[in-house]
Amino acid sequence: MSSELAIRTEDLRRVFRTRKREAKKQKREVVALDGIAFEVPRGELFGVLGPNGAGKTTTIKILATLLTPTSGHAWVAGIDVATDPKAVRHHIGMVSGGETSGYGLLTVEENLWMFSQFYGMETRAARARIRELLAVVGLSDRAKTKIYHLSTGMRQKMNFVRGFLTEPEILFLDEPTLGLDVQTARTLRGFVSNWLREHPDRTILLTTHAMHEADELCERVAIIDRGRILACGAPSNLKRDLKHEDVVRLRIGGLEDVRPIVATVPSVSRFSQTAHDDCVEVDVILANDAVLTGLLAAVEAGGGTLLSLEKRAPTLEDVFLDVVGHGFEEPNGGGAS
Amino acid sequence: MSGRSTWTTFWRTVCGRAYPRVIGAQRERSWVFFEILLPLLQVTAYVFIYRAIQAPPEFLGFVVLGGAMSAYWLNVLWSMASQLYWEKETGNLELYIVAPTSRMAILLGMALGGMFQTTLRAVAIITIGSLLFRVPMTVTNVPVLLGVFLTTLVALYGLGMMLSSLFLLFGREAWHFSNLLQEPVSLVSGFYFPVRALGQVIAAAASALPITLGLDAMRQLLFPSMMENLRFLSADVELGILAGSAVLFLVLAHRALAHFEKLARREGRLTVRGQ
Repeated sequence: MSSELAIRTEDLRRVFRTRKREAKKQKREVVALDGIAFEVPRGELFGVLGPNGAGKTTTIKILATLLTPTSGHAWVAGIDVATDPKAVRHHIGMVSGGETSGYGLLTVEENLWMFSQFYGMETRAARARIRELLAVVGLSDRAKTKIYHLSTGMRQKMNFVRGFLTEPEILFLDEPTLGLDVQTARTLRGFVSNWLREHPDRTILLTTHAMHEADELCERVAIIDRGRILACGAPSNLKRDLKHEDVVRLRIGGLEDVRPIVATVPSVSRFSQTAHDDCVEVDVILANDAVLTGLLAAVEAGGGTLLSLEKRAPTLEDVFLDVVGHGFEEPNGGGAS
Repeated sequence: MSGRSTWTTFWRTVCGRAYPRVIGAQRERSWVFFEILLPLLQVTAYVFIYRAIQAPPEFLGFVVLGGAMSAYWLNVLWSMASQLYWEKETGNLELYIVAPTSRMAILLGMALGGMFQTTLRAVAIITIGSLLFRVPMTVTNVPVLLGVFLTTLVALYGLGMMLSSLFLLFGREAWHFSNLLQEPVSLVSGFYFPVRALGQVIAAAASALPITLGLDAMRQLLFPSMMENLRFLSADVELGILAGSAVLFLVLAHRALAHFEKLARREGRLTVRGQ
């Protein structure tokens, strides 16, 4: 493996088998990863984007040595994660969304110091770094607070500090802003960007299902669904590839579900639907402009009323819709293909 | 990582992981009620039984010592053996695994922290119990008594570390298993009476648990005349067996940890919560 690569996977596959007694004497298999292959050069912030259950966390767990692959290979810092996990651990760090790690009776500072000891950090250096990072994420005034008194956002800021404390070569961020308010999520995204700017030799692998987060942070993203990578590239390139098609957002009143209607219209290549109280919002990717007239006629014939129509530049969400065939909220498929 | 820095990381990990237990004992004062006064009630019940049947006063000492040592057994069971299950549930386990440190160092930190925490409780139970019930103790050989006590703790916590490794694979069963072990062990180890009363066969089988021999040896050293006819084995032999058990359990813990971590990684059990 080239030393320029921080992470590389090759035909990575992970199958979970339920235990017999859990499945009432019938073993069941769930394919979480189905032949994933990607490479991340050193210094890159690489995103793995996909809905819940797509295989993002399984990928991170394998790379972070918490899980062994059923088949295939993965190397982190040039080391095989399956055969030499101990060596891999000297190069990595990990922060997960919704983490509840640490001990409630200890203060923020004490918890962070404890974790620093597992990396062999000298106490004085660890304390100085903790103070510095707490100031960066705006948590200095909570340094002496016991962590059971922290809000979710504060706790996740503490988790971020823990992850970055040891300045790992390769950092895995697994949905790190999950469940956070907009302001906290923005602070943490800013923190990640600045850290990478200050440490250009470090690599981050970020999993998320927040499209804007991937768009804002990642140099490249892999779109993953049902354990397979469906597209991989720079967000700008992926969006550019969509530009030959039209992306239209319709707001339709009078109908609760327009999917059966839209599915009958020819040349609608992909669509997704979001239900609101007063209307349904449909994002449609059209092969050409002319299809729009037919689509609107079909909606009207079906009893719907067009409330608004917006033609817009493609986003990563549209790219996802295009490659997966359905939106994030419709895991079983809501769109024509 | 060089040998020196591996060693440094090992000891820093031990201190880091022991810290929450040492500090926790100071910050959560409710333990004074739950872990000193409540166990003292149980001790008191046995004291009254022995008084009612006009047993010699040394029997009150057996009970007080058993009550103090039972704190260590409960600590091993609930804060060592099933601890990795709780760590998994709170999300700490995956951070322990991802860290470039020895898992044995983490277990050792838990053990040392637990010993510290429990020693405060045990000392309190012995002091209050002895004063309250006027227990006649004759310490014949302090260094040997200390040696037996420390060797018992090393063997006991070694057992806890081994069970902890086994429990790495467990989900909620860890909780049930600990429940299952709690009372039978307090019976067969003779927490409130000399284990020989159960007969040689049961006493021999119970000797697999370090606390059985530890208690018997300590009773011999604290109440020599009374234990002359009630001892199971001589204190020297018991100390030798305890030392062997300590080494055996630590070696088994090390091997079990490596094996079960590998198995848990393969089966995906290290991070699955709410099992």
